[in-house]
Amino acid sequence: MTAPAAVLDSPLRELSYAEAIRDALAIALAEDERVVLMGEDIGVYGGAFQVSGDLVHRFGEERVIDTPISELGGAGMAVGAALTGLRPIYEFQFSDFATLAMEQIVNQAAKLRFMLGGAVSVPLVMRFPAGSGTGAAAQHSQSLEAWFGHVPGLKVVQAATPYDAKGLLLAALDDPDPVMLFEHKLLYKTKGPVPEGRYTVPIGKAEVCRTGSNVTIVATAIMVHRALEAAEVLAQEGIDAEVIDLRTVRPMDRETVVASVAKTSRLVVAYEGVRTLGIGAEVSASIVESEAFDYLDAPIVRLGGAEAPIPYNPELEKAAVPQVADILSAVRGVVRGTR
Amino acid sequence: MSISSETERCGAQAPAPGRKGSGGSARPASRRAGKTSAGNEPFAVRHYSPEVLREALRKMLLIRRFEEGAEDSYMRGLIHGTMHLSIGQEASAVGACLELTDQDKITSTHRGHGHCIAKGADVGRMFAEFFGKESGYCRGRGGSMHIADVDKGNLGANGIVGGGIPIAVGAALSAKRLKTGTVVTSFFGDGAVNEGSFHESLNMAAIWKLPVIFICENNHYGMSTSVERSTAVRQVSDRAAAYSMPGVTVDGNDLSAVAEACHGAIERARAGEGPSLIESVTYRWRGHSKSDRNRYRSKDEIDAWIARDPIRRFAGLLSEHGILSEEGFARMETEVAEQIAAAIAFAKESPDPDTAALTRDVYTTQTESVG
Ligand SMILES: Cc1ncc(C[n+]2csc(CCOP(=O)(O)OP(=O)(O)O)c2C)c(N)n1
Ligand SMILES: [Mg+2]
Repeated sequence: MTAPAAVLDSPLRELSYAEAIRDALAIALAEDERVVLMGEDIGVYGGAFQVSGDLVHRFGEERVIDTPISELGGAGMAVGAALTGLRPIYEFQFSDFATLAMEQIVNQAAKLRFMLGGAVSVPLVMRFPAGSGTGAAAQHSQSLEAWFGHVPGLKVVQAATPYDAKGLLLAALDDPDPVMLFEHKLLYKTKGPVPEGRYTVPIGKAEVCRTGSNVTIVATAIMVHRALEAAEVLAQEGIDAEVIDLRTVRPMDRETVVASVAKTSRLVVAYEGVRTLGIGAEVSASIVESEAFDYLDAPIVRLGGAEAPIPYNPELEKAAVPQVADILSAVRGVVRGTR
Repeated sequence: MSISSETERCGAQAPAPGRKGSGGSARPASRRAGKTSAGNEPFAVRHYSPEVLREALRKMLLIRRFEEGAEDSYMRGLIHGTMHLSIGQEASAVGACLELTDQDKITSTHRGHGHCIAKGADVGRMFAEFFGKESGYCRGRGGSMHIADVDKGNLGANGIVGGGIPIAVGAALSAKRLKTGTVVTSFFGDGAVNEGSFHESLNMAAIWKLPVIFICENNHYGMSTSVERSTAVRQVSDRAAAYSMPGVTVDGNDLSAVAEACHGAIERARAGEGPSLIESVTYRWRGHSKSDRNRYRSKDEIDAWIARDPIRRFAGLLSEHGILSEEGFARMETEVAEQIAAAIAFAKESPDPDTAALTRDVYTTQTESVG
């Protein structure tokens, strides 16, 4: 954890990932009248994943706005409001429903500033419960962050811990451009230390969560936890893994990754989105296009989601995304050359 | 469950049952008067044979017991994920499917168990799907939210609110171009009418006079958001006027009323006169999904609707008209219970899918490592 000095003094509490986000939302609502939350069932229901919780009771229906089931219109309204003085934080009920709002996110939010020659900006924060593991099948389990990472004008963030979830959300709010936060659903109930009050975690900075010398594992969201778990097992086997939480998909912190691989000479990338044409390809490109290429002692391995939609059956669902065992065998392979 | 005392009508308290929409005349009078021409007999009694009516009741009961069984299996950890129960809405599903053939298509929703059974699905294969088994309708890939039975014309439930509506319009285009003489019924909730897909679909169906019946099952809430808070029109059927099609609001807990409205709409569609919008006003007794805490509605409201049980009501109607005896109903209850028990046993015994087949059916022609 790299807490700024000021918040290191403030009391640390154990909060869940969902509570940490709510904490950030409450701070945002309390400190800036322009902030409004918008989304489906975020009021009395408290949000599908209980992130907004009691905020409607604390800040009122004028600022915690239940929208109809109208993702395109809702996201577009948030764009228009951001363009003209409000600071909307828009919750998609599931990240999959970004597909219905693609037009406003990709054609409008991402491009308005550029198309208008810098005359405007769109300070919009969008939150997306993402990922598989809940048995909700193909239309409620996707990891679409790489899609949006492909769009200049958008920033794409994935927090792995409660601490980062709060800090990155507040950083997104301070950002003058559209920021999309992908929150892994399986992380909502995980707990971690979270300081009180305001602090930010910089967008565009990866974090080295565990230092090591034999191999670098670059991971996102829930894969960070799986990579750390794998690293403990590998340590018993004499393999010293460095684990990097990418934290931001776009703009990507290539420097941290390159510096690590220059040291370890081996790279495994673990992410939940479909393996092909995704985050792994981009991280790998950072290496092969850099001086770290010369240090590589083994082929890079990308561990990503299967080339299939997420299935319903729990065993199939697990098989569709990298698990700790997959990370273990990939790392053993690159380190011992026994893939 | 007893049928003796259950003949009350829910008209008085139910919001908007039986009110006609402003869009036109969606209820052309029945062409057949039926056995008796007594004017105040319900449409269903006039129009359908006792066998058809008893079968309709059996299907409603089957839906109810199926969903209770699914809920119980979920509690026991046999089913993972979530599910959306339609308990309380059975008359709407069965009434709407009553006149559909296996060739007619439906598109359904996340709350689609009732539609699936109403269209003729085998409850064993449905349970098998919920249990994630290879013998399930989707071979364990879809689960509750994607339940489908293509052989019986059910093109599938849907995880996306409003996702099925344009697909229904496309199926109706096929029916028209291929001259199959079939119709398509598209089910969706009150929440779906605020998605663009609803509006785009109704317009296209209307301009090309496609044989589709749009059924909005208005159960008063889209998750926690009431229709009053989400929808500008007083009743959903008012929206039909914007697309120049007949719109009508019916009491969705009255099987006869639903069947009557659908009968007219189906005849209109088969005659090439185009689509209709039917708003079927009903209520879900259970929460939106398994994680709902019901914070947005009162227990009194729920209880008032439970008192308007569509099954007891229809059973009462059949008893009143001498179509079903007390013993007949009891026998039906027993048979349905046995059917559900056998279905669950079949599902439990069925094999799990092979995890090696993870990428099967991503494409029609199996392509090795498309990645
Ligand atoms: C496009 C989209 N937005 C949101 C959701 C999440 N969601 C699932 S069901 C539902 C409520 C739907 O309400 P309604 O259409 O009235 O159907 P009901 O659940 O009442 O049967 C919501 C918001 C979704 N599945 N798809
Ligand atoms: Mg509804």
